[in-house]
Amino acid sequence: MFNRRLLAEAGTVNWYLALAVGMGLVTGMLVVLQASYLARTVSLVFLEGEGLAGVWPWLLALLAVILFRGGVAWLGESAAHSAAARIKHALRQQLLSHLYALGPVHLRRERTGEMVNLLVEGVEAMEAYFSRYLPQLALAAMVPLMILGFVFPLDLMTGIILLFTAPLIPLFMLLIGRRAETLSQQQWESLSRMSAHFLDVLQGLTTLKIFGRSKAQAQAIARVSDRFRDTTLGVLRVAFLSALALELLVTVSTAVVAVALGLRLVYGRIPFEQAFFLLLLAPEFYGPLRLLGSQFHAGLAGVTAATSLFAALDTPAPSGPVLPPSAALRSTSSCSQDEPGQQPTVRGLRVVFRDVHCAYDGGTRPALQGVSFSLNPGETVALVGASGAGKSTVINLLLGFIQPDQGSIMVNGVPLAQLSPQEWYRQLTLVPQHPYLFSGTIMDNICLGRPQATLDQVVAAAQLAGAHDFIASLPGGYDTQVGQGGLVLSGGQAQRLAIARAFLMDTPLVILDEATAGLDWESEQVVQEALARLRRGRTVLVIAHRLNTVKTADRILVLDAGRVVETGSHEELLDRRGSYYRLVAASGGGL
Amino acid sequence: MNIFGPLLGLIAPRWKSMALGVLLGFLTTGSSIGLLATSAYLIAWAALHPPVLDLMPTVAAVRFFGLARAVFRYLERYVTHQATLGILSQIRVWLYNAIEPLAPGRLTGYHSGQLWSRLVADVESLQHFYLRVLAPPLVALMVLAVVSGFLAWINHNLALVYFLIFLLAGIGGPVLARLLGRGLGRRLVEVKGRLNTYLVDSLRGMTEIVAFGQKQRFQEQVAGLSHELAAIQGRAARINALAGALTGVAMHLAMWTVLVLAIPLVSSGQLEGIWLAVLALGVWSSFEAVTPLTAVYQHLEEGLQAGRRIFHITVAQPVVPETPSPSPTPAGFQLRVKDLGFWYTTGGQRVLDGIDFTLPAGGRLAIVGPSGAGKSTLAHLLLRFWDYTEGSITLGGRELKEYDPDQIRAWLGVVSQHTHLFNATIRENLALARPDATEAEMWRVLAEVGLLPFVQGLPHGLDTYVGEGGFKLSGGQRQLLAIARALLRNTPILVLDEATRGLDSVTEREVLTALFRLREGRSTLIITHRLAGMEHMDEILVLNSGRVVERGNHRDLLHRQGLYYKMWKAQRQVLVASVPNAILL
Repeated sequence: MFNRRLLAEAGTVNWYLALAVGMGLVTGMLVVLQASYLARTVSLVFLEGEGLAGVWPWLLALLAVILFRGGVAWLGESAAHSAAARIKHALRQQLLSHLYALGPVHLRRERTGEMVNLLVEGVEAMEAYFSRYLPQLALAAMVPLMILGFVFPLDLMTGIILLFTAPLIPLFMLLIGRRAETLSQQQWESLSRMSAHFLDVLQGLTTLKIFGRSKAQAQAIARVSDRFRDTTLGVLRVAFLSALALELLVTVSTAVVAVALGLRLVYGRIPFEQAFFLLLLAPEFYGPLRLLGSQFHAGLAGVTAATSLFAALDTPAPSGPVLPPSAALRSTSSCSQDEPGQQPTVRGLRVVFRDVHCAYDGGTRPALQGVSFSLNPGETVALVGASGAGKSTVINLLLGFIQPDQGSIMVNGVPLAQLSPQEWYRQLTLVPQHPYLFSGTIMDNICLGRPQATLDQVVAAAQLAGAHDFIASLPGGYDTQVGQGGLVLSGGQAQRLAIARAFLMDTPLVILDEATAGLDWESEQVVQEALARLRRGRTVLVIAHRLNTVKTADRILVLDAGRVVETGSHEELLDRRGSYYRLVAASGGGL
Repeated sequence: MNIFGPLLGLIAPRWKSMALGVLLGFLTTGSSIGLLATSAYLIAWAALHPPVLDLMPTVAAVRFFGLARAVFRYLERYVTHQATLGILSQIRVWLYNAIEPLAPGRLTGYHSGQLWSRLVADVESLQHFYLRVLAPPLVALMVLAVVSGFLAWINHNLALVYFLIFLLAGIGGPVLARLLGRGLGRRLVEVKGRLNTYLVDSLRGMTEIVAFGQKQRFQEQVAGLSHELAAIQGRAARINALAGALTGVAMHLAMWTVLVLAIPLVSSGQLEGIWLAVLALGVWSSFEAVTPLTAVYQHLEEGLQAGRRIFHITVAQPVVPETPSPSPTPAGFQLRVKDLGFWYTTGGQRVLDGIDFTLPAGGRLAIVGPSGAGKSTLAHLLLRFWDYTEGSITLGGRELKEYDPDQIRAWLGVVSQHTHLFNATIRENLALARPDATEAEMWRVLAEVGLLPFVQGLPHGLDTYVGEGGFKLSGGQRQLLAIARALLRNTPILVLDEATRGLDSVTEREVLTALFRLREGRSTLIITHRLAGMEHMDEILVLNSGRVVERGNHRDLLHRQGLYYKMWKAQRQVLVASVPNAILL
């Protein structure tokens, strides 16, 4: 429970640990002072017959300690929370940048929902560890020590009772904690299973209804729910029993201290004031230790969350060449377009793949096995092939999301790996198969790559993309909210927004992943026309699913199992009667 | 809507356990007070040097309270948690039974994730409502009454001061925290929601963000929000810490004030000196009952919100009323739709308008059209997920509304593009259609849809788990399995609602051919925007914006060169994305 990495995290706010310990020290001191003033006051009145006037100084001192103690408690807790907030913020940033370093290809295999949960709730679970468990740990370490320091010189016997019972508490906690950890793991699994079952049922509710089985599911729900109840109760029973043992230890020890003191008092072996002082210290002595036990579970949740958090952080980022991005792009032709506020774009990009090999999952799943081709300025090259042939891998390489294991990718004679990412991303636009729409307005979404674009520029881009008409017909126009919680756009509409993004970016290279199907007939035509406009004057690499697209491409690369098996124009490839011919024949069209 | 009452109603069946829990809670605190008070009494009395034997009953009392506290605490926790967990388990079943009739008509506004969080997270947070909202104030009140009573017996002023400070600590602290933190909770939820949105965008949209060079901008936005969240949480924490510290101060202050008031009583001989220590420690330890009160308000808010969301669902009425009387038996399975009109909300847009067709028993009918034409709505009306607003649908000569909805679904099967596969084995997913189906029958339908080699090739065969939502299967395999399931059920009428989505055209054609052969003599209704197998249909209805714009058979419609012809032409543009067998093997 003393997680080294979490503490290293706390190191980022160094003063915080010091403060927690300091607060423990001060509180300990105040506890002792309070007990001694109280004992003195009671003793003076009870045995020496002093009146209120006689004990006023002690009472006032007591009042001061009480108020001061409240202040220290407030300060300490506030500081702990602030520190926790900072640590959470730092962890969140760290995890997000790490996920970005891993890149979209890695992330696609993870469940994004799980990652978002880790970024929000997982990080929040650290709160209890840092704001409650850790300060309590400091208190539990400092306060009892401090009290013992005062008890021993006064009364050896009480000191011995306290000294020998105190270590039992952490020992107990450790022993029970182990068991509780496995149990809480079981309980967590049982909760996950229940959650998963419920989600499955709710998602399939309509299907269950169609098969007339939805009412019968109530029994399954009851069964799973009852099982969860029983596991939880089992875990709690252990937790409660451990608490019982601890409480017994504490209360019985207090009782033993009291009885031992009382008996010695009778024989006059100890003065009342001292005995009362010691009695007052007993609950204060055990208090922090006992509270540590109740914060233990809060801390445990933090450690559990931390484990998954650090597991995510430990996923090694792709080991691309770490050469400093030095090279700058030079234009192959001199024509470059200047626009105020924008970097001049390099017209005419020549991209060359030379014997590129690439594999996923640590080399176990080969994706490309020696692919060579070149993409000349102004040319449209279509990639076709079965799914898994390596089309997406080519695009992921070009986007820099993954690195080739072997071979090279050159851009205007410069290795892609040596280009600065910012500069490279200014040269290209991506029109993905399923464009992601961000939460925000349509305007925001079109402006994705150029946040400073004016409305006129956006409208112009939307018109070129064939998106203006449908946007204008929406009640909110360009200010319509889309994305999460916003208007749901059809596949064809989203596609056109992505094309508008590309027109607005106006880059020399366009990477296009055509939608396989699913667009309706009306969208289909508009999208085709917009794409034709987009291709004009640009270098285009397209994963093609449309006969129209391949027919009008300058060159077609047919990929199969990570290799380029055929290359040529539509007519040439049809004449060859090879893979491409079979592909086109299977679609039943165009022959 | 009053939430508190209904929430109480949910625990009513277990009120005895809850009351026992409160009583045990009181006894726990009582034992704490007893332990310290008798200890103080013991020491004070011992200071007067009485005979040791006289002390023995007090010694016994000290030991008793020492044991009793731990035992009562254990019993209290055990009883309340057992009762609460039992209640939660019942609530889940109750909630499911309330959700079930609402699907799918009334649930269109919810994501399954939202419903799920009701059933899991919201129900879980009700746990706190019972354990941390209801019980602590009751325990505190009992402690307050008993200790005040005891003090009043000594001196009225003592009781009054104690009473006031106890109330101040129990109510004043939390109320102060609430006043200071007003609006903070709402801002917290809002910022957290925005952060969540940005994080989802940052991860799901990572491809675009990176490719458009916007990585830094998004990370800065997230950092800004995360920072804002930290600031708000910091403020909330400082306020909570203040409330906590005030409670602590009040506890000591009560002891101090009681001391100040009691000392003159001792001086004047109204109170024996021996009681001074007892009063101080007794009062001090009674504040143990106040500590949990600081969290009551927060848990109350959470519980009420969870309750509001839960009751929002449970008060909803299903769109299709359950038919009470026994269903009539249809005379044959002719399906007739006449002048059908439908809109989801009164005064809203017409989704279907003047639809007319007859599907004779054993006939084949297709309804095609671009997306958004109202095709899927029609399927839902036939299944009685909604009731139609205008016109009539008859099955075997009787209005659909006369039949029990569950009964209709036994005659009318459907495969939609969203058919759900459960996280279970292939066998269990198939058995859903017909629990009594034999293994041979299962293999036969798998063979018909072309899944036989795939399933045979799996190490566990039929007993292979398909994963969450069938994610271990490809999209095409999932769809084929759903079709196989419908074939196994073999209802008199089968509706295929975009059922071949995700299949390549070769597989699609093969599956449809098998399907037509198997369903010879039984009715099939195909709803699609992909025009495969249309040459086998008796009649094709072309739907656009809720109206039938063209009708006829495949050849006539092509000849007409209208909307149907345009759809057909556009579709022939699409290249097969994958070689058929590559996805299956």
